[in-house]
Amino acid sequence: MSEVTAVGRRLPQLESREKLTGQAQYIADLYRPNMLYGAILQSPHAHARILGYDLRAALALPGVRAIVTGDDVKEEWRLGAFIKDEHALAKGKVLYVGEIVAAVAADSEDIARAAVRLIEVQYEELPAVLSPEQGLAASAAVLHEKADQYFKVFDTGTQANLCSRTSFAEGDIAQGWRESDVIIEQVYETQAQAHLSIEPCGALAEVDAAGRVTLWSANQSVFRVQANVSESTAVPMSRLRCLTPRVGAGFGNKMEPHVQPVVVLLAMKARRPVKLILSREEDFETVRARHPMRIRVKTGARRDGTLVAREVELLQDCGAYADDSPGVLGYALLMSVGPYRIPHVHCHGRLVYTNKLRFGAFRGFGVPQMTFATESQLDELAKQLGMDPIVLRRNNLKGPDDLWLGGQRILSNGLPQCLEAVERESGWAQARSQGRSLGVACTAHISGLLATGAIVRVLEDGSIVLNTGAVDIGQGSSTVLTQMCAEALRVPVESVSIASPDTDGSPYNWGTTASRITYTTGRSVVGAAREVERQLKVHAGEMLECSVDDLELLLGGKVAIKGVADRAVSFAAISARAHWAAGGPIVGSHTWVFDQKTVDPKRTAAIGLPFPQIGVFSFGALVVETETNTVTGQVRVKQAWSAVDVGKAVNPLLVEGQIEGGFVQGLGLALVEEMVWDGPRLANPTLMDYKIPTMAEAPYDLHAIIVESHEPSGPFGAKSVGEIGINAVAAAIANAVNSRTTERVRVLPLTPERVLKAL
Amino acid sequence: MKSTDSLSLTLNLNNATVQTQAAFADTLLTVLRDRLQLTAAKRGCNQGVCGACTISIDGKPMRACLSLAHNCVDASLHTLEGLETDQTLRALQSAFEQGGALQCGFCTPGMLMAARALVQSNASPTVEQVQQALSGNLCRCTGYRKIIDAVRSAAQSLRGEP
Repeated sequence: MSEVTAVGRRLPQLESREKLTGQAQYIADLYRPNMLYGAILQSPHAHARILGYDLRAALALPGVRAIVTGDDVKEEWRLGAFIKDEHALAKGKVLYVGEIVAAVAADSEDIARAAVRLIEVQYEELPAVLSPEQGLAASAAVLHEKADQYFKVFDTGTQANLCSRTSFAEGDIAQGWRESDVIIEQVYETQAQAHLSIEPCGALAEVDAAGRVTLWSANQSVFRVQANVSESTAVPMSRLRCLTPRVGAGFGNKMEPHVQPVVVLLAMKARRPVKLILSREEDFETVRARHPMRIRVKTGARRDGTLVAREVELLQDCGAYADDSPGVLGYALLMSVGPYRIPHVHCHGRLVYTNKLRFGAFRGFGVPQMTFATESQLDELAKQLGMDPIVLRRNNLKGPDDLWLGGQRILSNGLPQCLEAVERESGWAQARSQGRSLGVACTAHISGLLATGAIVRVLEDGSIVLNTGAVDIGQGSSTVLTQMCAEALRVPVESVSIASPDTDGSPYNWGTTASRITYTTGRSVVGAAREVERQLKVHAGEMLECSVDDLELLLGGKVAIKGVADRAVSFAAISARAHWAAGGPIVGSHTWVFDQKTVDPKRTAAIGLPFPQIGVFSFGALVVETETNTVTGQVRVKQAWSAVDVGKAVNPLLVEGQIEGGFVQGLGLALVEEMVWDGPRLANPTLMDYKIPTMAEAPYDLHAIIVESHEPSGPFGAKSVGEIGINAVAAAIANAVNSRTTERVRVLPLTPERVLKAL
Repeated sequence: MKSTDSLSLTLNLNNATVQTQAAFADTLLTVLRDRLQLTAAKRGCNQGVCGACTISIDGKPMRACLSLAHNCVDASLHTLEGLETDQTLRALQSAFEQGGALQCGFCTPGMLMAARALVQSNASPTVEQVQQALSGNLCRCTGYRKIIDAVRSAAQSLRGEP
């Protein structure tokens, strides 16, 4: 298998044409016969008890077919990835302004929205908790009064408004401080960021005569949709079929549920299909966002720059429901030492319920915030030591025998090459000597987590259908998985079609999240293809009257006797035999779950570990050049060089797309994006008031650099790339900007006001 | 008469006369998407910021979500669906595909409509000119660089250059 047929090709995304002609169908484009339209009623209060509902006026409106409220769900119907603390919609209490309190299904969207305004809810207002600090105060109102009864998937340490806590300790931190010549300690703060997939969230559900539910939605995992809806509606999983249209991007916001449970409840009550698409404002207010974090970092080093000790204390705003937050807390801490050798570590964090919308998974999963803090601090250390920031980092990089925080082995590490590439390509030393503002940051991420599968079938004509259950959210995973399948079977990419995820027919896939599809699902695709190869060879051996050991796959869908290309049988001939004469149709399948332990208890003391098995490590280094207007404080990113170790780029065109897209989303986090609360109310839930980078602000000179370290456990050596491109952006931009300021700005975003004050 | 009452509406859409119903307050986007079930123009923000609903009104790229349908009865309207044979659009589609200038595809039709108008008025747009002309079309996936390259590459091929 030396010739490359598919893996490594800059193949355009397979769905390009339908997207470029406008034919691609997203959730808002779907219709069902006799379909109703849904609308939601949102809470006007941050924290209040629901005393009762008056639905009479709404139900009397012509065209209204069903209304659901918290009374339609039972107390025990709770969902949650880590802590089951949330209902399909508010029950008993509302916990944030904008929370879904009721929903209507009606003959038209106009009628549904009119009916929503006729619903009367009686509330008893309660004091609101608007920050983690407030939430931890002894006198604070408690959001979840029954938190001790909630099911939790790990030891969360939940108590009053403390949702979870996690800590890691290695070495001896007191000794670390004694060995340090220089100690720096600072606090860094980050803001709430909206995912802002251009497609708002929505769902369409229908119930058949036997009560079985079919549910389409904008999502990142049909299997998480199935699990969440099942938990929150008591419909057994086998009676819920979850499907996906094209998805208008998801950056974590579509992984856990948004309106799917409510839409299913409406469809069950109305006994008709119901579609509900959130408005942009509703999407801002009710879905989820990136966690604001307050991170105290303390780092000790020897005079020569050798890092000795690191302490981190993280205070994380959870919002009203746990969602993925406990995972984000644990993961951010696991990455708080970064890709460096630091022998003495103590990091701990607390996650606190507040009366805001839930914060949750967002590309980077807490690492962009943590990297901003820790990589800012390394620059502060470099300055104090009088060292070049790149030299300081390079001298402390983990080597081949160093373990990750927790004790996991690193099987492939291209970070030295990444750092070398960005230093060289940016002309680092010369540019800095010319007085230009350059900043650097390094980062790491995992590819992995949880369970995955693939089924490869050979159809009667010898063509191939691949079915993985992995939702392509726009990044191109279907293309990459198809390439890997084609490569493994040595057939043209065009001979492989990929099935749309369907919980009825696809093998389990936890989700398109955690940078996992290329790595985890790719492994299953290769595994399933290998099983197909084995079955093909059994047939071919009988057809060619030779041993299977003497057979090989030939390019183009044939099995031949090794070295004798004209003694070959085609996949079509083999599959016809399998279907009609002998053996049965050829189907290969493979499933697995990532099982390397995150923590070695002999090395590391861990409390409250949300992910016992997490993934393999990817690495990245980034240099940016910024320009600050000294009159206005406005920062512009002029150029960026982002090098990422992806193991092997299965599709370099799509890898570049992830690196470039991640960069610009990170630029938004660094400079312009911020969800702002006016008391308990989100003040800027519109695109008029919440700004994301446009083509005019994103640097054209954005250079994606691919480094291939070959991950031994990965398919064709590949790791994934979905998130790592965003991780280091805010840190590198902050380091570039702060290289020219008198005072250091340690708060995101780097607004003109903050920068001007620091100049 | 209320603003929600439906009135008959005749549009010149994609080189055909189309009869439909729309309320006074209905936007062109509502008519295109929800009445006529055309899928190219997208509803991203419904307030004229994201650009995903960009269509061609009398040859100019306009926001369908900000245009009242009944105000467009005398206009010549084109969505992506009606431009299958448009040479400029085909060059852009091909360049977007080959250059990886799309990911989720939700902003793509609007982006193409804005790019088509640019290339029609400027056969050799510079990077800065593309950035300026398309800065009203938000993309959250690509980071924009590949879109800029694709627009310029399409313009180059339309000029007959290799």
